[in-house]
Amino acid sequence: MRREVPLVLTAMVGITMIIAHFIPPFNILKDLFEDWFFIIAAFAIYLGISNLILVNGDKIYKKQKGWPFGLVVILGFLVMTVIGLFFSGGTSFQDPGTPFYYLYMNVYYPLSATMFALLAFFVASASYRAFRARNVEATMLLLAAFILMVGRVPIGYWFSDWLGDALGKLADWIMDFPQTAGQRAIMIGIALGVVSSALRVILGLERTYTSGE
Amino acid sequence: MVGAEDVTNPVAESTKGIQTPPAPPTNVTAKDIPNDKGGAVTISWGKSADDGSGAKNVTKYEILRSTKRDEGYEVIGNTVAGATSFSDNAAENKVLYFYKIKVLSPTGTAESLPSASTFAKRQWFNLSRLSLFILSLVIGFAILYFIERAKSEKGLFIRRIAGLEAVDDAVGRATEMGRKIIFVPGIMDMDSMQTIAAVTILGRVAKLAAEYEAKLEVPVCTSLVMVTCREVVKEAYLNAGRPDVYNDKMVYYVTNDQFAYAAALDGLFLRERPAAVFLQGQFYAESLILAETANSVGAIQIAGTAMPTQLPFFVAACDYTLIGEELFAASAYLSKDPKLLGSLKGQDVGKFIFLLVILIGAVFLTLNSVLGLNLPNLGRLF
Repeated sequence: MRREVPLVLTAMVGITMIIAHFIPPFNILKDLFEDWFFIIAAFAIYLGISNLILVNGDKIYKKQKGWPFGLVVILGFLVMTVIGLFFSGGTSFQDPGTPFYYLYMNVYYPLSATMFALLAFFVASASYRAFRARNVEATMLLLAAFILMVGRVPIGYWFSDWLGDALGKLADWIMDFPQTAGQRAIMIGIALGVVSSALRVILGLERTYTSGE
Repeated sequence: MVGAEDVTNPVAESTKGIQTPPAPPTNVTAKDIPNDKGGAVTISWGKSADDGSGAKNVTKYEILRSTKRDEGYEVIGNTVAGATSFSDNAAENKVLYFYKIKVLSPTGTAESLPSASTFAKRQWFNLSRLSLFILSLVIGFAILYFIERAKSEKGLFIRRIAGLEAVDDAVGRATEMGRKIIFVPGIMDMDSMQTIAAVTILGRVAKLAAEYEAKLEVPVCTSLVMVTCREVVKEAYLNAGRPDVYNDKMVYYVTNDQFAYAAALDGLFLRERPAAVFLQGQFYAESLILAETANSVGAIQIAGTAMPTQLPFFVAACDYTLIGEELFAASAYLSKDPKLLGSLKGQDVGKFIFLLVILIGAVFLTLNSVLGLNLPNLGRLF
């Protein structure tokens, strides 16, 4: 029963979602199932929070490797929760002027932006490795990348202006034809993979997610 | 129907006496939203001549509705200045409605003339998805047919997928080095097929880790994924005959936030210096941050995603990458179950259909262009 019930529920919900995609009146059920998912996910957040506190609390208590990071996690969680719940000044906690908003804009937001900004450096280091001309494919990648990068910046236009912006046009051609064709081939494969996987899940052939073999 | 000349609408009124009201919206039309479950009407209008600038600049539009043309109008919603349409999602099916748009500005308000009557109705089939429906049926039946056929067919061929072949090596490497294996199942919830595919691969990795007694750690981004991964890992250790090695703390929740998750994992990679990192599932901008950090600590990396925008990053930064459909083929590949392999063969039929349609479509368009023919554009079918 522990495995059969989830499989039956999955099949029922999966088939309903497919039908609802083509038969609009079934959207009522689709919306209902989606609401249920969000309700379950909302309740499940408490599992996550309790796990976060248990794992990091245990790490701090046992002074395990990296325990100060666990302390930062728990303090950060408590500060944001307490301020969001009890120091919102009688207004919605996300409103400008509230302590929560202040922390969000002055702590959380810059930290997130910092992580995102790291991408600039990582793109450079990954590109350096990927563009090394070790074989024919990597050399082609290097050439295409060079044309694209130079063709998309003003200096590229300046270099190839006397050729009628040949680099820019070549860069556009690479993006419009080989790149689009390759990307679409991957996307068709992905779409078919999703259809096939979904059918396997609905039919109960794929059951690892229910901890079945 | 209200024309552009109706800006001097007789129903325009000023709320401040001597001030001039703004010009009312024009051409108000209301139509049932097609191919839906009913209960919805879309209202469109031409912007007020005062929308955009000036002393009478419009602040917002209010949408009014009535079942009678000349009276009983009630406000059912509003939109910001500049908007030219609104969806009334609270209409009753088969009830005739008239709509008016009221424009508000600092100098007063003005109402448009009413729209022609319209009513919402339910459609029993979404005709805009007919071609998709037929294609889904064909591909779905092909997959089911090959699944059924595979039950009696032995030795179905599946091409080698380097990323999945490398799973054993990665786990073995971690065992030999005495370092951890870190499995990251993407940043999305269990409603993503990519997360489900990632969990399938986790089952295999966990089983190998249990057999080799390698240390496995699964930091996750959502609570439901945590619960699912925990069950899968526990079952894998049980199947490997090592339930004693399993510990609930192997799978733990970090945060739902994308960059906080990336920061936590980066720290984990740098502190623990894992021997193997699996990045499987749905990733966004954090993909390269994770892959490059894991690369910097010398971990062998096996990535897999169906996000076309993130694939180049994984290909550049990781040792092996499961590209798109390979991620979904993982369960069939790893289990070698004939029924699952049969579903892959069904997928190939789908690919053949797409290839055929693309080829015929390209030939038709070329003939249209070169010979001036009028052959159908197959691209419009989908």
